[in-house]
Amino acid sequence: MPSLHEVVETNEMFEKDNLDVRTITLGISLLSCIDSDLEVLKKNIYETITTTAKDLVKVGKEIESDYAIPIVNKRISITPLAFIGASACKTKEDYVELAIVLDQAAKDVGVNFIGGFSAIPAKGMTRSEELLIRSIPQAMAKTDCLCASVNVGSTKTGINMDAVKLMGEIVKETAIATKDHDSIGCSKLVVLCNAPDDNPFMAGAFHGVTETDNVINVGVSGPGVINEAIQTVKGKDFTALCEIIKQTSFKVTRLGQLVAQEASKRLNIPFGILDLSLAPTPAIGDSIAEILESMGLEEVGCPGTTAALALLNDQVKKGGIMASSSVGGLSGAFIPVSEDQNMINAAASGGLCIEKLEAMTCVCSVGLDMIAIPGDTEATTIAGIIADEAAIGMVNAKTTAVRIIPVIGKTLGDSAEFGGLLGFAPIMKVNTKSCAEFINRGGRIPAPIHSFKN
Amino acid sequence: MEKSIISVVGKDRVGIIARICSYLADNDVNILDITQTIVGGLFQMMMICDTDKCTKEFHVVAEELHGVGDELGVQIKLQKEEIFEKMQRI
Repeated sequence: MPSLHEVVETNEMFEKDNLDVRTITLGISLLSCIDSDLEVLKKNIYETITTTAKDLVKVGKEIESDYAIPIVNKRISITPLAFIGASACKTKEDYVELAIVLDQAAKDVGVNFIGGFSAIPAKGMTRSEELLIRSIPQAMAKTDCLCASVNVGSTKTGINMDAVKLMGEIVKETAIATKDHDSIGCSKLVVLCNAPDDNPFMAGAFHGVTETDNVINVGVSGPGVINEAIQTVKGKDFTALCEIIKQTSFKVTRLGQLVAQEASKRLNIPFGILDLSLAPTPAIGDSIAEILESMGLEEVGCPGTTAALALLNDQVKKGGIMASSSVGGLSGAFIPVSEDQNMINAAASGGLCIEKLEAMTCVCSVGLDMIAIPGDTEATTIAGIIADEAAIGMVNAKTTAVRIIPVIGKTLGDSAEFGGLLGFAPIMKVNTKSCAEFINRGGRIPAPIHSFKN
Repeated sequence: MEKSIISVVGKDRVGIIARICSYLADNDVNILDITQTIVGGLFQMMMICDTDKCTKEFHVVAEELHGVGDELGVQIKLQKEEIFEKMQRI
């Protein structure tokens, strides 16, 4: 039987510290939809999604009501579409048609995002993957809730530099195609290295081919709860700091586990994984950067930031791992600039630069995330940023990603407004010295050696 | 039997428990345990209830209790017990 203190403390986490379940993501395999006729494929995809996910939003709301907890997003991830469309899609316009079908299916079942407009050219690129990638700018311009991702490398395969070069161009073209809305298309496009098959978080979510037909993955959040807990160990040593983060992470993760099990039971779909990520929102008190500052940094980005983030990331995992029967996805601390008020402040003050963010990505859960850069940044420079980030992921055997927005028509001193969970971002400075000759070489960076770890 | 928790937080006044108990009696919700405290004028109460015989749907009872809370100027929540067990106990 819970005590009064426990009940009050738990409810304060939701009310005062913005604790929420960030997403219930339903993974749907579309492999059974494959057909060589585009019209049949479109029909199969629409019917599979709207049938499998018809109760997702309703069940999400029931769970919210039973436990009086917020479940912010209900989402869908699908098999990477480059596999599904390979037989039917002969042109990039065919893929744009599929994108519109996916967007419509998502809207009709009431989810806010659908992920899986994806290709995995980690080593080589198939014709289908290239068509899908080249369709991304128009697909993003013509849809609202579709997310695209491209996995350009892995620790086992190395980095496909042809794909990296192409993605530099595609990010730029997507920015141009959505320039009337601060290039928002790029906020739904992520370039990954070592992409996991079971990630419930957008924009990189897709339902990997290693997965079963349908699966429920849940992502928790709760930066505010961790920050509040840290206030109780002010001035104490790192042992005390780590302990309080672990304990709090345990509680947050148990919430996610409960929601995942309930959703799985009520939808009669197997539970896949719990992603124990700390995901910020632009709301006050829902910031990862604020946690780092509460540890004793004057402003995120100053010396000590990488160490503080490494500590946070690791303790969140250590506390969370025992609280769930199955952990996966991106588990760790996200550092999206536009979605985190204290990150935004530090970027605007000039204290947080892209190079420091790149260092932080070596120890955070993903990578360079939601960073607005000048609209006139060269495609090869964007490809260079992607290559750097992929190299960090490849060598360190971790997931890394780039979700960067060259905001067309804006430059240093301006800011971009994406709205809602995506927030707003000051335009950050990019090193403009050229890497074109390097990027234009073409080919592949081979996989790294797995010994002599220095 | 599925246990539920009603928690009440707000400024203390006469009749909070009476009003909530009469609502629960009217709706066949059995009270199993009550804990209450007042810290610095802040009223905190928790009831453990059995909602099995209640004919209304869970979310309807939760919404109506929320309304009772608005009348009394306090916050009332109805939640299934499991969430506290899961989050607070190993």
